Amino acid sequence: MRRAVVTSAATAAGVVLLLSLKPHQATGSAPVISSGAGTPSGSGSGSGSGSSSGSGTTGAADTSGSASPAPAPAAGGATRKVSGDTVNTRYGPVQVQVTLAGSRITGIDVVKYPTEDRRDREINADALPTLNQEAIAAQSAQIDAVSGATYTSDGYTRSLQSALDRAKG
Amino acid sequence: MLRHAEPVMGTVFSIAVRDPGPGTREALRRIADRLHRIDAVFSPYRPESDISRLDRGELALAGCDPEVGTVLDACREVAAETDGYFTERPGGRLDPSGWVKGWAVEEAARLLRAAGARQFCVNGGGDVQTCGGPWRIGVAHPGRPGALAAVLGGSDLAIATSGTAERGAHVLDPHTGRPAEGLASLTLVGAPGTGIARTDAWATAAFAMGPDRALAWAARRPGVEALAVLPDGTKRWTPGLPGHLPPAGPADWQLATAR
Repeated sequence: MRRAVVTSAATAAGVVLLLSLKPHQATGSAPVISSGAGTPSGSGSGSGSGSSSGSGTTGAADTSGSASPAPAPAAGGATRKVSGDTVNTRYGPVQVQVTLAGSRITGIDVVKYPTEDRRDREINADALPTLNQEAIAAQSAQIDAVSGATYTSDGYTRSLQSALDRAKG
Repeated sequence: MLRHAEPVMGTVFSIAVRDPGPGTREALRRIADRLHRIDAVFSPYRPESDISRLDRGELALAGCDPEVGTVLDACREVAAETDGYFTERPGGRLDPSGWVKGWAVEEAARLLRAAGARQFCVNGGGDVQTCGGPWRIGVAHPGRPGALAAVLGGSDLAIATSGTAERGAHVLDPHTGRPAEGLASLTLVGAPGTGIARTDAWATAAFAMGPDRALAWAARRPGVEALAVLPDGTKRWTPGLPGHLPPAGPADWQLATAR
């Protein structure tokens, strides 16, 4: 029943652009798909539940460590969640929620996804955790943009973008 | 920092402006209109586009949007520059996308500059053009989703990657008509002043050349640098590429260069 809108193994990393975030609280519902990197060390965040796929072979495992090149979390690493817009796709509505420790993304949860049980070969739920890891991996390397990644996961990208815009204040 | 993401052309154009001014938001609106207009005229996936109708013979070139002729001329220039490894008819159908996407990024950059912006980055589905800087641009790893093969840095960059990572073997060798082999991805850094349209089209052509010819070809082009990732993950690059590495790259790159 879990069907996501992702049409290929794309990345949303390019929209995670040098965030400079201000504290700004928002709450969201429980995630249906978690990034698997949602619990930074020592933050006490509770976002990491759900069907996490966090066998982090990519950058996801790097994001909670203190050895990351990114700046240390501001304001004592206060964790907050910011929800993006619900974006209507041809498969149904999609909404993501970012978890931030200070100004760092520590997790991205898909809190709304199309529930219609469609057997469409383009739909690949497994791609969502991949996308999450990509967004986080790119941030950990302090990247402005990514060359060679096309962004075909339209709904995910747009909802993520709106969440980041909202978090920025 | 002002950011905007515009879904268009089957991908997302992502724009970041570090020095937004009073005209920036209006420029972003005009860019969105411009991108959708380019898509409407040039998309080979839209049956009613000028390109599709021209290909079916329902429309003469003279009846097309005037920019169609300009774009097709540019495609032929690139074909000549790349020993025929670029074509506006990949697989036989008229499809100038190999030029159009990068050109659309250039158009977005032009509109931002006209609005007074001097510090910005435009990423059209992985084709990146920056103004000012420095900027840090990741190169997606073709074999490991989410990982980066390299990080390139600098100012006024044009960086394009052609590869099999997301869409499978989609670059055909125009000389054989078969999918190009030998490379997992090929990234080109454009010469200073070279726009992303030409850089992207060259990257497509270089991918079709295969690693040896591509690297030799890029090395002969003044100011052009290339990074090749082979199907087994091995990386090769032109002698000048390390000049584009930022002072502190990710560990992945350091390991790669130490090998």
